[in-house]
Amino acid sequence: MAIATIMSGSRGSETHQPWPCVAVDAAAWQQTAMLLASGKHTLLSLWGEPGRVHMAVLQDGTPKVAVLSLDCPDNRYPSVGRVHATALRLERATRDLVGLEPVASPDVRPWLDHGRRGNEPVPPYAFLPVEGESLHQIPVGPVHAGIIEPGHFRFTCDGETVVRLEQRLGYVHKGIDALMAGAAVPRALRIAGRVSGDSTVAYAFAFCSAVECALGIPVPPRGAALRGVMAELERIANHLGDFGAICNDAAFSIMLAHCGVLREHVLRCAAACFGHRLMMDRIVPGGVAADLSVEGAAALQALLATLRARLPPLVTLYDETASLQDRTVGTGVVPPALARRFGAGGHVGRASGRDFDARRDLAYAPYDCLRFEVPVRQEGDVNARVWIRIREIEQSLSILDQLLEALPQGPVRESSEEVPAGLGEGLAVVEAFRGDVVAWLRVTDGRIDRCHLRDASWFQWPLLEAAIEGNIVADFPLCNKSFNCSYSGHDL
Amino acid sequence: MLKTLLQGLRSPLTETRPRPDPALAALASRLDGAARRTLGRSLSIRQVDAGSCNGCELEIHALNNAFYDLEHYGLRFVASPRHADVLLVTGPVTRNMAEALERTWRATPDPKWVVAVGDCAADGHVFADSDAVMGGVAAVVPVNLVLRGCPPTPAQLLRGLLALIEAGSNQPLDGGRPARP
Repeated sequence: MAIATIMSGSRGSETHQPWPCVAVDAAAWQQTAMLLASGKHTLLSLWGEPGRVHMAVLQDGTPKVAVLSLDCPDNRYPSVGRVHATALRLERATRDLVGLEPVASPDVRPWLDHGRRGNEPVPPYAFLPVEGESLHQIPVGPVHAGIIEPGHFRFTCDGETVVRLEQRLGYVHKGIDALMAGAAVPRALRIAGRVSGDSTVAYAFAFCSAVECALGIPVPPRGAALRGVMAELERIANHLGDFGAICNDAAFSIMLAHCGVLREHVLRCAAACFGHRLMMDRIVPGGVAADLSVEGAAALQALLATLRARLPPLVTLYDETASLQDRTVGTGVVPPALARRFGAGGHVGRASGRDFDARRDLAYAPYDCLRFEVPVRQEGDVNARVWIRIREIEQSLSILDQLLEALPQGPVRESSEEVPAGLGEGLAVVEAFRGDVVAWLRVTDGRIDRCHLRDASWFQWPLLEAAIEGNIVADFPLCNKSFNCSYSGHDL
Repeated sequence: MLKTLLQGLRSPLTETRPRPDPALAALASRLDGAARRTLGRSLSIRQVDAGSCNGCELEIHALNNAFYDLEHYGLRFVASPRHADVLLVTGPVTRNMAEALERTWRATPDPKWVVAVGDCAADGHVFADSDAVMGGVAAVVPVNLVLRGCPPTPAQLLRGLLALIEAGSNQPLDGGRPARP
């Protein structure tokens, strides 16, 4: 049975765009869980609201994405995580945020809720038991030694070898779901742009696309093209930062110095073109808030020339430095089967054979009119994740060429700045540098009823636990940086 | 290869020293005298993310690149609060990070300063209304200096940190002894 069959027997929502949303019963919900477990479909996200749980599924064929909603008046629903581990953390988060109980779930420990709302003593977190002789534990975090986000890692080691890593996240939980509910669209947009600062463009893009889908707001061609420009600048800046930082974690700091300079060039160009180094709050419903001037376009061209001249020698250096390769090749392997099962996106998935990129596979403007390749490798190690980033930078440069060459004239934004009245539900999937970001929302007369934002990290963090197994403790920073999962984007 | 690599760094990239900001200088001059004598012209900084979106961290990171080259001002990031003079704290301080922040602050030896970086650290910004956040760094630990911005640019961060050092070095020294031997 396919999702299409399940859906054909269910009641559809008229207002959900652009993909269908159907109300299903518990049996159909469970059938879908089995389909996910069998690997026929991929879980895009799972989230809830009082009395109702939703699941977005990615499938081969048409429609590519489907949303299933299950009414659960008693706030209980059949656990998907019971058969498909990918859903476990999302179910734990949904339980913390909305109070929906996943029935028969093997893991109902709190996830984002650390029990710190009141003045009660904080209950200790139940880490999974590890048994065996001569094992020792290393607790790390939430405050880390570097300038990075907070999270807790519990390593169980046999000598230098990591036997198990268990993550505990949620430290930067800011209550974004609750803030979104009832917020006017402009305020909700500002919050969406601060879910994960390194992906602020991607989040604003996804949020605005979902609003536009829900309410049928058109985006003029120039606005769509400039969204692409911003998204690719963001991708290049982040990949450059990661490339340098990964090498730095392998004690090759010259790469960090060079990549840091290139990254700064990108951010300065972004500020010159769009008025903000990270391009925060520049994408708005109906288009973009900042047009690209003639001078801005020239600055962009100069940036592209600089990157084209400076990047290849760094790539050669990476490729030809044996001591660096010694650290990255064969380290932190994510088997392709695991990447597929968890629907891991971005460099984590594509370095482990999962050939998915929302820009190509769910082609949205402006990528539906562009030519680009999606690099994929099979090895799944740190080295493969580095190469995916390098190849993606090259593709982004080509995309920027195409966008600038044929930049449409005309307005950058739908003329009315007001969000139109009316009710609608929208879902958008946008490819951030880290992988696909999902934005689902329901909007009524300019206010967000509910909004769910799912970072790519949800399906990458668990794979980091798998990747580090059997590696030495000292390689963890390297593995972690090669993933570069978001804490804030995940903790919401 | 060496030639290619050096080419990238040939022309000096480092920005000129930012002009002092009078408002920041005034804020920094309120610092406790003992702190100024101890710190002299150098600061060891421990960054603590107490719930930021990571935007501020990106710009704090940028301070280490060749354009801003933080260390040539006598400023450096350290890995432990035990080594720090200054805690650079970002984020609206989530409930889940409040205890970790407070413990980090306690682990930092006196005299110490807290610099709240970014609009979230100042007052919670877009997250201020959330039950899950404390609404700014000052709600958890005493704050000496606030550097606003969403996120503040590296140039703004640098100006703020230099204001701290300037305030320290302008202070009359005890018995004419230098602040640092």
